[in-house]
Amino acid sequence: MNKFIQHTGIAAPLDRANVDTDMIIPKQFLKSIKRSGFGVNLFDELRYLDEGVADQDCSTRPLNPDFVLNQPRYTQSSVLLARVNFGCGSSREHAPWALEDFGFRTVIAPSFADIFYNNCFKNGILPVILSEEIVEQLFSECIATDGYELCVDLERQVVVTPSGEEFAFEVEAFRKHCLLNGLDDIALTLQSVDDIKAYEVKRKVAAPWLFGAIKSY
Amino acid sequence: MAGKTLYDKLFDTHIVRQNDDGSALIYIDLQLLHEVTSPQAFEGLRIAGRKPWRIDANLATPDHNVPTTKRDGGVSEILDPISRIQVQTLDDNCDDFGILEFKMNDTRQGIVHVVGPEQGATLPGCTVVCGDSHTATHGAFGALAHGIGTSEVEHVLATQCLITRKMKNMLVKVDGDLGLGVTAKDLVLHVIGILGTAGGTGYAIEFGGSTMSQISMEGRMTICNMAIEAGARVGMVAVDQKTIDYVEGRPFAPKGADWDNAVIAWSDLHSDADAQFDTVVEVNAANIIPQVTWGTSPEMVVAINEKVPNPASETDQIKVDGINRALEYMGLKADQLMTDIQLDRVFIGSCTNSRIEDMRDAAKVAKGRTVSSSVKEAIVVPGSGLVKEQAEAEGLDKIFVEAGFEWREPGCSMCLAMNPDKLAPGEHCASTSNRNFEGRQGNGGRTHLVSPAMAAAAAINGTFIDVREMMEA
Repeated sequence: MNKFIQHTGIAAPLDRANVDTDMIIPKQFLKSIKRSGFGVNLFDELRYLDEGVADQDCSTRPLNPDFVLNQPRYTQSSVLLARVNFGCGSSREHAPWALEDFGFRTVIAPSFADIFYNNCFKNGILPVILSEEIVEQLFSECIATDGYELCVDLERQVVVTPSGEEFAFEVEAFRKHCLLNGLDDIALTLQSVDDIKAYEVKRKVAAPWLFGAIKSY
Repeated sequence: MAGKTLYDKLFDTHIVRQNDDGSALIYIDLQLLHEVTSPQAFEGLRIAGRKPWRIDANLATPDHNVPTTKRDGGVSEILDPISRIQVQTLDDNCDDFGILEFKMNDTRQGIVHVVGPEQGATLPGCTVVCGDSHTATHGAFGALAHGIGTSEVEHVLATQCLITRKMKNMLVKVDGDLGLGVTAKDLVLHVIGILGTAGGTGYAIEFGGSTMSQISMEGRMTICNMAIEAGARVGMVAVDQKTIDYVEGRPFAPKGADWDNAVIAWSDLHSDADAQFDTVVEVNAANIIPQVTWGTSPEMVVAINEKVPNPASETDQIKVDGINRALEYMGLKADQLMTDIQLDRVFIGSCTNSRIEDMRDAAKVAKGRTVSSSVKEAIVVPGSGLVKEQAEAEGLDKIFVEAGFEWREPGCSMCLAMNPDKLAPGEHCASTSNRNFEGRQGNGGRTHLVSPAMAAAAAINGTFIDVREMMEA
């Protein structure tokens, strides 16, 4: 997994509440058996004027000029500013895969849906929760300023605006540790093999019916 | 010390290791796998040279992509080549790793959330995960069930554990009797309308109260299934005699002395009388009228006798923007009667409403009536091959076909339109599924979420109608 220590990049304002994962990456693109290549279909229905199909060449598709990421000032953005309950709905990890593949390293919003929030950390993307007032301020500054860049510093847990104003954010210690070091969760958990085996011994006594029941018949 | 909630009990009995920062490693008793969110997880195992920790804690079946029309030709004849590869990949992965899979043309195949309970793989007191947000369905059995992402699917395959942290406890306490023609689906849509689409974020919701004890296991699954539409990853119902009766005798359920011991162990799977919840929401079931969503989020729901909302009556600007955007997308006008909405298609199915009781509810309304000529297509998609068999044994398929519905093969179908069942732009659909997001059932499609009885009634009437008008008192 990619490390995330500090990232500075152009911010793009996606001014819409309750953005669901169907919107982030529509279902027809979930048929891929790979983890990469989803970026061209990020926000497909908002971004293009035609209906997207899997595996097509997107370079010649008609773009929706009104969509924020199609505006020249935001095409190179890597910090997404979003509204409440970002990432609600389906558990598809294709949503953070698409954001990451497009080039986003961080999403800043007043709130996130649980599963999406969790999935971001597994993919080197940092979801940052700031209050609605602060997010509103960042939206205004971003829209008013061409080339508006935000610095997201995970080590210090602050978002820094171009004027040097800093906003602190919370992040769980374990998640922070994993992101800072680009750690693979599975390898970490496998360090607890003895704990898992000890648990299983107890569990087999308490609920033996949960072992060996699922088999071919 | 205060008593424990059902969620506290389930969480605490699965802790493998509690970390100082509040995160915990919890043990997973059952993982359900399907073709969409598992290929990258299996690939990850292969790349790292890892093997599944426990083969017998996994059960797989393809559901999202499978065609619901004639499919005797098997996987090689799935028309969409990308869908075919995905279904084939699941078959190959399960064969390679030795995981039990009910393949596409096995009678036991179906939607994972129908198959798990039907087979007795989902049991009270167990932890269940699946790379699908509707995994909360299994909470109906007094189980702790989460939707997870693909990285976590791989993590559970490799370690049998999940890194998580304890959620807050919410009780949705439902009392009073549901009226005639008012179902579990109406109840959960009503609750989502109260909580909002993010009201349950960070919570595990227990649905309790006297109404829940009257509701069947199928109805409880419908309710827990939609917890995520209120933002909660987990929905649960306490174990009672209905739970035990449903589980007994199913293929993977305990037998003999194990069964007797299990029933004793499961008798504790309820919140203690003095348990403390962080939030309690009280609902009077007697006040609920059949529900229909008008907008593009499940919280955008009204009773059938109500009107489409008017943004002028809202003060919060984000809500006003949301209503305006939804009205435009849905092609509706403020203050329009819900009963004036014309339907192009009707879909009865999905992990929310494709069990035998749902089939019976819809068939009761369809019996002896005919689908309106203004409806282009009305399809009924049972949740599994076994639901299909049972429905056919009861003659329900004939009732549907005679009324002009299509009777299909099991799968997720038009709930998310990954297979050929989808809406054309601008079409309105009465759907028993769980999400009315933009484009969910097809690019530009307009979804209205309803109960199976309301969907059948809409198919026959051509516009939405209060199904109670079509029922004998």
